[in-house]
Amino acid sequence: MVDVAFQPNTVAAAPVTRRRASLRATLKRKSTSAFLMTLPLILLVGILVVYPALYSLHLATLNKSMQRFVGFGNFTFLFKRETFWMVVEQSCIFAISAVIFKALIGFIVAHFVHNIPAKGQRKWRGMLLVPWVIPPAMSTLAWLWLFDPSYSAFNYTLSFFHIGPIPWTGDANWARFSVILVNVWYGAPFFMIMYLASLKSVPEQLYEAAAIDGANWWQRIWYVTLPMMRNIIAITTLFSLIVTFANFDIVRILTAGGPLDSTHLFATWAFKIGIEGSDIPLGASVSLFMFPILAIAAIFILRDINKRGNEA
Amino acid sequence: MATTFTIDKAAPTRAVKPRSMSRDRTWALRWSYFFLTLFAIFSLVPPIYMLITSLKTSAEISAATNPWWVFHPSLGYYQELLTSNMYLTFFRNSALVSVFVVIITMLISIPAAFALARMRFWGSATLATGVFLTYLIPDTLLFLPLFKMFAWFGEVTGIHLINKWYVLVIVYPTLTVPFCTWIMIGYFASIPKELDEAAIIDGASWFQTLTRIFIPVALPGLIAATIFAFTVSWAQFLYPLVFTTSTDQLVLPVGIITTLVKGDVFNWGQIMTGALLGAAPPLIIYAFLMDYYIAGLTAGATKG
Repeated sequence: MVDVAFQPNTVAAAPVTRRRASLRATLKRKSTSAFLMTLPLILLVGILVVYPALYSLHLATLNKSMQRFVGFGNFTFLFKRETFWMVVEQSCIFAISAVIFKALIGFIVAHFVHNIPAKGQRKWRGMLLVPWVIPPAMSTLAWLWLFDPSYSAFNYTLSFFHIGPIPWTGDANWARFSVILVNVWYGAPFFMIMYLASLKSVPEQLYEAAAIDGANWWQRIWYVTLPMMRNIIAITTLFSLIVTFANFDIVRILTAGGPLDSTHLFATWAFKIGIEGSDIPLGASVSLFMFPILAIAAIFILRDINKRGNEA
Repeated sequence: MATTFTIDKAAPTRAVKPRSMSRDRTWALRWSYFFLTLFAIFSLVPPIYMLITSLKTSAEISAATNPWWVFHPSLGYYQELLTSNMYLTFFRNSALVSVFVVIITMLISIPAAFALARMRFWGSATLATGVFLTYLIPDTLLFLPLFKMFAWFGEVTGIHLINKWYVLVIVYPTLTVPFCTWIMIGYFASIPKELDEAAIIDGASWFQTLTRIFIPVALPGLIAATIFAFTVSWAQFLYPLVFTTSTDQLVLPVGIITTLVKGDVFNWGQIMTGALLGAAPPLIIYAFLMDYYIAGLTAGATKG
């Protein structure tokens, strides 16, 4: 790319040295203005993201009144509490199973949408993406109402099949199932739309070649579709794992962590301790446990970006 | 599984027996439509149930008749909420916050994306990657330190940000700017270099190149980023829950949950109506600008 900005007033007749100086000045000005243009971004990210992230590390080492340094005191306290291990377990169960189901449903639905005639696809895609569009706080309220202990519309319907009444949010295991169900409902459309976009980019010739070689439907998915979609599957899964691990809205509204703390995730428990229990340092220590998954994701993504950079 | 079998078999195979293939194809289509209908029902049940409940009267809700049908439709709840000052305040706060956040996001991320996409400078590549990583840091990791920071800021400067709706205008850009910058970098980078070189040769400044060339050409990306910023700030729940408490400072999601639920009494008709009205702006935007919405959604991952 030509980085030199041609100035109409620097005429060719000007002495060589002066031209070089002005060139350097232009370059300098360009990088300065570029820096100025990114400065608001840098400030925003620095003050409101990077600093708080580091500050939470510091906060986690203080006592409840935030006056005394306790080192790893908060962490050793957490490790001794049974609730903490329940939260760890529930966070992992919740995130992993929700992401697996979201990915599976997204993949299957994307295939179905891809299969029908192109002119009808828009309509179906539009309907299937609705859960992703509604703010999760609002749609979770609808789920809460569907799960209501005495007026549950689901239990009403199920009663015709002589099933239930199911304690959707009242029983620990059902509550765990319910939060995962709502999360899958909310997140599956995202996977669907991603997979659909990437399905459309798989060249049709590959399937034709596979068909000529006598591949059956499973071999076609396994040897053509999945390898072609590997990147997008990896990235969406990683994204979703982070977002699901850090989920707050759904669990907070649906069960608020109950019954008996059995559905708490790191985020909701950190909120309960830090804001409702006003023990900010302990809450900060809890939320720091979301960090490892972030770090792993960051490493993978950085590797991916570097690889792409080399290819380009 | 059997369904996929028929589908995939039908699609790419060259016609050996045309009649059987078209029959296979028809069945594959029928199965596809059948399962799509099932999934569509699964997707649409909660919003439709919101609508059904919002049209009932409180007597009908507590009578526990068939929950899936409205026997005596009434717009009572809509009237109740749309004339309630409190609900309108939530709506106004949400609208103000979202509009300001969209403006701030665009003002920050467009110049930054332009600089990062076109004007290579020291550390620009690292910065672009860093911006992307920032997008991954969840709000749930930051709300406690931010809460403490704002409290400290209030003590030191006397400007109390906690429990004011405009604190959200300061915080939300952390959620929107990284992603918007990232997708704008993608859109800007896809514009041919010849275009801005031509502009510069014609004597345009960098600023003019941005406003006259880049913004018009990358308008679809700009719309996608705007929609993203709007929906994110409209839907955000954790930050307003943490930073605002007085009823006149609340935004919609938190307002509905904290004020319409009185103690243990859930006024479900009101809650569903409020939630549906609250979900309306993103849904309307989505209905009209679906393609931009999806473009923004897929751009983030495919270009990552």
